[in-house]
Amino acid sequence: MQIIFDKVNYIYSGGTAFARHAIKDISFSINKGEFIGLIGHTGSGKSTLIQHMNGLIKATNGHIYFNGQDIYEKNYDLRKLRSKVGLVFQYPEHQLFETTVFKDVVFGPTNLGLDKLECELRAYEALKMVGIGDDLLDASPFELSGGQKRRVAIAGVLAMKPEVLILDEPTAGLDPRGRDDILEKIAELHRDSGLTIILVTHSMEDIANYADRLFVMNRGELVMQDTAKVVFSHYKELEQMHLAAPQVTYVMNVLKDKGYRVNTDATTIDEAKEEILKLLQY
Amino acid sequence: MEMIKVKNLTFEYIRRDEEGNVESINKAIDNVNLDVKKGDFIAILGANGSGKSTLAKHINAILYPTDGGVWVNGMNTAEEKNLWEIRQTAGMVFQNPDNQIIATVVEEDVGFGPENLGVPTQEIWERVEKSLEAVGMLEFRNSSPNKLSGGQKQRVAIAGIMAMKPQCIVLDEPTAMLDPNGRKEVIATVRELNKKENVTVILITHHMDEVIYADKVFVMERGQVKMEGTPREIFTRVDEIKKYRLDAPQVTELAYELKKAGVNLPDGILTVEELIEAIKLIKK
Repeated sequence: MQIIFDKVNYIYSGGTAFARHAIKDISFSINKGEFIGLIGHTGSGKSTLIQHMNGLIKATNGHIYFNGQDIYEKNYDLRKLRSKVGLVFQYPEHQLFETTVFKDVVFGPTNLGLDKLECELRAYEALKMVGIGDDLLDASPFELSGGQKRRVAIAGVLAMKPEVLILDEPTAGLDPRGRDDILEKIAELHRDSGLTIILVTHSMEDIANYADRLFVMNRGELVMQDTAKVVFSHYKELEQMHLAAPQVTYVMNVLKDKGYRVNTDATTIDEAKEEILKLLQY
Repeated sequence: MEMIKVKNLTFEYIRRDEEGNVESINKAIDNVNLDVKKGDFIAILGANGSGKSTLAKHINAILYPTDGGVWVNGMNTAEEKNLWEIRQTAGMVFQNPDNQIIATVVEEDVGFGPENLGVPTQEIWERVEKSLEAVGMLEFRNSSPNKLSGGQKQRVAIAGIMAMKPQCIVLDEPTAMLDPNGRKEVIATVRELNKKENVTVILITHHMDEVIYADKVFVMERGQVKMEGTPREIFTRVDEIKKYRLDAPQVTELAYELKKAGVNLPDGILTVEELIEAIKLIKK
């Protein structure tokens, strides 16, 4: 187990009239190298939850363990935790600030106190990983397209060599191709570098293609943690929680309701296609 | 007369160096022609940087044409005397609801627009009530916008525009930041306004499933309109739209894949219901 949450609670403005229980009794464990999809309605506590993972927010009570160590223990090095658990915020391109792409990515590792050569090597490698070519290294980050900017921002976090990469809605506002490019890159990082990925998203269609397990948040509680197939089979409950299943899951379920003998657990286009071809005896 | 008429519109972003010499010229809009009839619901699709938002900003005179022209309800946006009336005729809703809400109480936020137009107090309240009702947010009139979900906030932003009684609303990626339910709410609200109040709607989005109800879809690339047609016509050409960095609703893509595998389905299936009906026909 790489990350363990044990009954974690967080209360905003505790002890005042504005107190709000943002996350309630959250318990789970994540294995090294897993790909987790985190879904939930706006305001369900997803962003609060992920900020606990690298110690940006301290739980009101409960325990969090990273690689077996309690991160709230005295003398625990939170700085080191933050370099191990990289967090890419929503609209990370708003955090780009340097004059060139390369300088922007070098900034993170430099802050870790590494020597210059190591920092530059890491930055170069990170930019390669997200598919930013040599021709763009000296460009101003502000001249890039939306998708490119976002990849540079992700490289900035990768250059810290994290073991866990958390991304908060990395595809919001991107066109479909830009969205697929980013998701493919993330899947590749997961495959090739063995990074643990935690991806927050509102796109059910996308997450069904990638995640090993889905965590579903509803009003501050973690209400489901299972494979996409199992989670999306509860599509009616998901709708109650302001979520939905991928369109193809609806297709299969309506077919079944109409009396056709089909397996309803398809969550991707390919799975649905196979199932319907079987039904039509092709 | 058209609600919106765009004729040979070209817009250039000109970059200058420190001495004011022209460094580069970027044609964000390149000879675009577009007619939108009153009461139409049109959608504009296109990759990031294809010129969608630049085009939208011409419709309520935030930007002026470098060449060609834009007319809103017959008024030329390049003439300064029309500015006030154009902005009342065409309202805009942006991507992030948090950037558009300014008051601490929902009904005050919605009343801000008409108040600035000098509408008498009694009528402001009537408009606020009517607009909040139209977007289904009347019960939240005394709430703080902070306490609302993303979809609710965006509906309040739409009510704020409605209270100015525009004949046309331009929505620039209004659902990009919302969860599935919020997206559904906003799109249902927009369709309702279009049908019941006959408001002309121009919707810019990256979500393909939101445009299937539009009367007409325009696809932009590098500042030009590359495709136009009904959603069915557009989404029949799955390979072509992918060339423009777009895709199709998931169910359309599923139908397309099934067709490629030899299943005899009609072209351009857009909804789950249509696919089910088509499969039922084959099974008979």
